[in-house]
Amino acid sequence: MSEILAQLMLDGHKIAFEPGQTILQAALAAGVYIPHLCAHPEFEPHGSCKLCTVVVNGRNGSACTIKAMPGQDVLSDTPELNLRRRTLLQMLFAEGNHFCPGCEKSGNCQLQALAYDLEMFDPHFAQFFPAREADGTHPEAFLDFNRCIMCELCVRASRDVDGKNVFALAGRGRDTHIIVNSPSGKLGDSTFSIHDKAGQVCPVGAILPKEVGFVRPIGERLYDHDTIAEVALREDATWREGEK
Amino acid sequence: MASIDSSLEPILARYGRAPSALLQILRDAQEAFDWISPEVRSAVAHALDIPATQIDCLTQFYAHLYDEPCGRYRVLFSDNITDRMADAPALMARMLDQFGLEPGEVSSDGLLSIATTSCTGMCDQGPALLVNNRAVTRLTPERIDALCALIRARTPLDAWPSEFFEVNDNIRRADMLLGAACASGEAIRAALARGRDGMFAEMKKSNLRGRGGAGFTTAVKWEACRDAPGEARYVICNADEGEPGTFKDRVLLQSYAGRVFEGMAIAGYVTGAKKGFLYLRGEYSYLRAPLEAKLAEMRRENLLGDAICGDPGFSFDIEIHMGAGAYICGEETALIESLEGKAGKPRIRPPFPATHGYLGQPTVVNNVETLCKATEIAIQGGVFYAGQGTQQSTGTKILSVSGDCERPGLYEYPFGVSIAQVLEDCGAENAFAVQIGGAAGCCLAPHEFDRRIAFEDVPTAGAFMVFGQGRDMFETALNFANFFEHESCGFCTPCRVGTAVIARMMNKIDAGHGARYELNELNRLDVLLRTSSHCGLGQNATMALRDMMQKFAPAFERRLSLKDFEPGFDLDAALAEARALTGRDDAAAHLGADS
Repeated sequence: MSEILAQLMLDGHKIAFEPGQTILQAALAAGVYIPHLCAHPEFEPHGSCKLCTVVVNGRNGSACTIKAMPGQDVLSDTPELNLRRRTLLQMLFAEGNHFCPGCEKSGNCQLQALAYDLEMFDPHFAQFFPAREADGTHPEAFLDFNRCIMCELCVRASRDVDGKNVFALAGRGRDTHIIVNSPSGKLGDSTFSIHDKAGQVCPVGAILPKEVGFVRPIGERLYDHDTIAEVALREDATWREGEK
Repeated sequence: MASIDSSLEPILARYGRAPSALLQILRDAQEAFDWISPEVRSAVAHALDIPATQIDCLTQFYAHLYDEPCGRYRVLFSDNITDRMADAPALMARMLDQFGLEPGEVSSDGLLSIATTSCTGMCDQGPALLVNNRAVTRLTPERIDALCALIRARTPLDAWPSEFFEVNDNIRRADMLLGAACASGEAIRAALARGRDGMFAEMKKSNLRGRGGAGFTTAVKWEACRDAPGEARYVICNADEGEPGTFKDRVLLQSYAGRVFEGMAIAGYVTGAKKGFLYLRGEYSYLRAPLEAKLAEMRRENLLGDAICGDPGFSFDIEIHMGAGAYICGEETALIESLEGKAGKPRIRPPFPATHGYLGQPTVVNNVETLCKATEIAIQGGVFYAGQGTQQSTGTKILSVSGDCERPGLYEYPFGVSIAQVLEDCGAENAFAVQIGGAAGCCLAPHEFDRRIAFEDVPTAGAFMVFGQGRDMFETALNFANFFEHESCGFCTPCRVGTAVIARMMNKIDAGHGARYELNELNRLDVLLRTSSHCGLGQNATMALRDMMQKFAPAFERRLSLKDFEPGFDLDAALAEARALTGRDDAAAHLGADS
């Protein structure tokens, strides 16, 4: 019996995958970037941001949740899909309060970097301007919900890695928001530490370390030097190296 | 409140202090305390040994759980388009007026609050409302006045006139299911006589497809569950009938509950499941007691429990779980999350529930009507069943007919019936539009009334809302847009933000500030939601809107401004806060007052 090759087609190119990998994992391992925000190499897929939506054999789906299979014909880097991604980014910008020029995360922020990468020039939609509180009660970290994009990485990290369950996502629809597990509901009152995994994974500026403001000037930051694609591929390679 | 622990104790004991029963515990606690106060919240968290945030995740997700006081009487007017067409907004205004309240406001004496809720499944006898989870139907100005008097007198709900709570079946056309008498236990005994494999073979022959809307072949689902590795198997009856305009499951549960439960038992028999859950939407709370009584009766008759009908290898029992106001829980994986005591957010599929469902075990999730159909197949056999209906849509389908027609109610037809036939039967010859499948369905115009109800043509879970001449389809589209914004679970970006953007644009058009620009945007958003959303809610949220914009374009166009674009931002309204702060409201404090 001939063995079925673990290969799929991605934007017309053959890429190999390891059984069990998702399309996103296979693509990154093959050096092809598919835009994503809620996916992270160290965590189980979530599939909520929908930035990684691709077309697999004619059907839409999230590259971060669909397992790679032989015979798949995957489209990702097409004008139509990138237009959809740009619209999703604009939605995220309109939904929250993202004031990049004054944000300490500027230049290190995945949302901002992806917006540059996908050539998003404005938020397009009327801003929601939601009233969201900031929480400065913790000695090591600021919690600024204005910038949250509901990716739940902090929720997953605190639960699965730190074993603390500091964060949870509550509410429904556009009232969805992060809540903190502590008697007062404030971060300062919780078991959170900035050295927790949950303190390190926020792709935007919702969880920021205190006392390090603008140590590196804007213009010399992570995504000022490299594109988000380059950074993601590098980080994925490092993570896979560490796994071996 | 010293009595918290003593009142909470029996509730906690009822559910064995299981964190997976958190939603049930909170529902019952709210019955006892009127709301989930911080004290109740910590007491429950402490008793179940869970983080209190887990409780917040539920109280902030389910529309009918309250983490702030909402009055002793919590009145919620059903806000489906059929309620609106029957003058529900005027009735609600009348009630608000009597108490001098704004929607959602709690009276200063803590007596009541009045707000709206999504369709309560009483479209054939609306307008309707819920008061503390109990349905009041056929509202009139007189009935509203009587309700107000009862509330003022603080009369307990149990002492209200029983006709207020009367829910009629309104069966207008009965066929295979609604028309056939069936002795208690007949279907289970028939299935036992056929044997597990024999019964499964009949299911296959019948080609029965799910009645919840998606139309997946039931036998394939059962087979996948039966053959999947697992420690236990489960059968779930999806009675979260939240689709606006649907109410057939309500009737089946009210008058055919034995068929539903026997169908579940047969599913358990074929798949090897020993436990079943009926997930009942909170709006149908009034059905809970009779359903529990029916279960008790079936246990006495040995139709449920151990060694059913004397077969030592066949044990099966059923538990009822209540929803609490979340349309999304009709999605099967969201329903399972809710059943496990969590917020109802759809899971990633695959894996599908048939292999990884409740508690990660193989689980069959079937619609109420589908399970009733399984009893027909047990009794009459698959070949007989497949002889009804059309090639790809076998058997009969129950339609929930409401809106502008003379005889709203249930109509059971063999699949393949034309829209025109249904309209003729229900007394709606001059229909202008029909919305099929609920808010997430399609809208048909008169030139399409020769189309047929079947998976091959117009598939539907059963909602059939009729719009007569003179109805404004923009109003319907606006009602649906607001509905989806309210019911989006918030998990994925396109649905969470997209439904909110769409509702904003529709309300902007409604306010007279819409232009061609908004219509183009709505079309673009339709494509995005359809192609990128995580589950069926988002993928179907714009189907009706798309149909209505295409087929009833004048209803939209006549509202548009002639400009290419008009900003929705109202500068004068934005100054309201400044006016309030300075205590001014004279003409000079308004923009454009003299223009």
